[in-house]
Amino acid sequence: MLLPLLRRLGQTVFVLFGISVLVFAVFFATPGADPTARIAGRNASPQTLEKVRQEYGFNRPIPVQYATMMKKLFITQDLASYVDRGERVVPEIMRAAPVTLSLVGGAALIWVVAAITMGTLAAAFKDTWVDRTLMLLGLIGISIPVFWLGQVTNLVTQSRYHNTWLFSWVPGLGYIPLSQDPWGWFKTLVTPWCVLAVMFIGIYSRVLRADLVALANEDFMRTARAKGLSPTRILLRHGLRTSLVTFVSLFGLDFAQLVGGGALLTEVVFGLPGVGHLTYQALTNLDLPLIMATVMYSAVFVVVANALVDMLYLFLDPRVRDAR
Amino acid sequence: MRADMPHTSTQPLLVVQNLSVHVPAQGQLISLVENVSFTVGAQEIVGLVGESGSGKSVTAMALMGLLDSPGVRITGSARFKGQELVGMPPRLLRRLRGRDIAMIFQDPMTAFTPVYTIGWQIEEQIRAHTSLSRKQAQQRAITLLAEMGVPDPAQMAQRYPHQLSGGLRQRAMIAMALSCNPSLLIADEPTTALDVTVQAQILELVRGLRSSHGSSVLFITHDMGVVAQTCDSTLVLYSGRIAETGPTADLFAHPSHPYTAALLASIPPITGPRPAHLPTIASAPPTPHTRPVGCAFAPRCTYAHTPCTTSQPALVPISAQHAAACVLPTEGTPLPPRLGTVQTAQAHSAPHQTGTTPL
Ligand SMILES: Nc1ncnc2c1ncn2[C@@H]1O[C@H](COP(=O)(O)OP(=O)(O)O)[C@@H](O)[C@H]1O
Ligand code: SF4
Ligand SMILES: [Mg+2]
Repeated sequence: MLLPLLRRLGQTVFVLFGISVLVFAVFFATPGADPTARIAGRNASPQTLEKVRQEYGFNRPIPVQYATMMKKLFITQDLASYVDRGERVVPEIMRAAPVTLSLVGGAALIWVVAAITMGTLAAAFKDTWVDRTLMLLGLIGISIPVFWLGQVTNLVTQSRYHNTWLFSWVPGLGYIPLSQDPWGWFKTLVTPWCVLAVMFIGIYSRVLRADLVALANEDFMRTARAKGLSPTRILLRHGLRTSLVTFVSLFGLDFAQLVGGGALLTEVVFGLPGVGHLTYQALTNLDLPLIMATVMYSAVFVVVANALVDMLYLFLDPRVRDAR
Repeated sequence: MRADMPHTSTQPLLVVQNLSVHVPAQGQLISLVENVSFTVGAQEIVGLVGESGSGKSVTAMALMGLLDSPGVRITGSARFKGQELVGMPPRLLRRLRGRDIAMIFQDPMTAFTPVYTIGWQIEEQIRAHTSLSRKQAQQRAITLLAEMGVPDPAQMAQRYPHQLSGGLRQRAMIAMALSCNPSLLIADEPTTALDVTVQAQILELVRGLRSSHGSSVLFITHDMGVVAQTCDSTLVLYSGRIAETGPTADLFAHPSHPYTAALLASIPPITGPRPAHLPTIASAPPTPHTRPVGCAFAPRCTYAHTPCTTSQPALVPISAQHAAACVLPTEGTPLPPRLGTVQTAQAHSAPHQTGTTPL
């Protein structure tokens, strides 16, 4: 069990190295484009250009440039944005990450619980009105654009019905750190959580139901019935437990993608200063150091989350454990 | 609580009468199994034989209440220890399942849930039907595995299904089936997926169950050679109907249905050189949709003539317990007796004395 984990760790480090080289090459080592001018921003003075060139070593060989960039990102962490008046990039991301983690973590909890409940119920009541209603709800959830849903809930909770007893508790848009005011943190985030979760509830409940229904024809499900177990036990202990293997791999990818900046729309609609927001800002300003940093952050997150999912996989499926 | 009816050991364990299974298809009910009747006595091994698609599994699943395709209709009667299984409320049937009637399946590779250990799965069945504690159930699982000839049972109980060989898995499956001392074991082609040597070992094990565990067995197979070695009496199914039924020895000596005769002719001889070319039955049996009027075997039967295609031949007695659904015996032109090339196990002989002849 230890060896496969170590091997997985090695792979992770290797993949991260590859991504960093690739990202560096795309942004800074593209032939014909001078990265100095791009970092310094539009209309930079010759002095600034010279300073940037020195700082990043753009007059030195490419491997040195790469090493300098990595050092500034990970070791000295003093990569600064010239577009944004010398704002340090790494602390900026470190401030944004907890916001995104809070948003995505809460939404993930909601969507996992809701999707497992809905998917299992639908499979248990297959082809009845319960099944059809739940799956229709899921389909609606998938088709609603998250941006639109966010705007509508904002309209309802922030202005139209804000003064009614139902929504008067809803705080204004923005983020309140958990450490500062846990109850406030919860109140600002509960609406974004639900909005972000809606689409995933739809997808996950439908996938789970389909999986459970397909599993019902498996030999081992027939064995479980022949053993005289109760239908509930068969569905949960044999069906759902086996489906979790697929469920977890799907979840890992979506979770990583969202934490890596994929929750951009939700963050923008609810005014949450998260990583997606930051990426969006970096792209609109063509802020090269910030782009480099956010992309690296996303890559680290996606790769690490994948490694974690793989480890969970080892834990959930004994067949995978032996195959390595 | 068991809805026990008085049951004396003199009456057979299972009496099936006119069991039929219909499913809706293309707007009408088609029959998968039609008017099947047979009995299983205490400690008897009854063979259910027929080509693939003849309705063997459907019959077994109907008895166990495991058929769940939408609209399926089961009619007739199946009395197990005096209790009617057909139409029994699912809740009651579930109590019988796994405790009084257990079932093992063809493919031991896929019959266990992949994410739990063998031991856990056996314990689960024990704990579903008894009040044993976890520890006791665990102990019992290990004992059962040992009884089924699994080497190092305590260690094997900790293994996951994919870590065991096919033969070991089938032994574990049988251990699980026997965990609550069922009086009837339904074995649906338990050796088909195994290689020949392992097959012989599993057959030996099944044969021994009546003396070691007092179980009766309904043994489903498509292999007449296996029937010869294993079963006391035999039921030949063709396209969901009984073709011939009787004590195995009688049926093998005097096959009275051309289908039985053809099946017997296709067994390779146990002694002597294997012939280069074994007779086989041409083409395939009809599906439930395409069953002809009259005798279902007529399109493939070398003896087919007009009366065969007008009405379905009735089951006519050949001798005391032997009957065949064919017009030939009543017309006075029975099939000639067969020169015995296959040894049949002596009915009710002590199983450990039965010669095991690996196929
Ligand atoms: N649930 C079902 N619905 C419709 N047809 C079925 C169903 N189960 C089995 N059949 C059909 O019934 C026939 C008998 O099947 P089966 O009992 O599995 O044969 P076998 O003798 O090989 O075990 C086959 O033609 C099969 O296609
Ligand atoms: S009834 Fe006719 S067709 Fe059917 S098995 Fe007998 S001889 Fe052949
Ligand atoms: Mg079958």
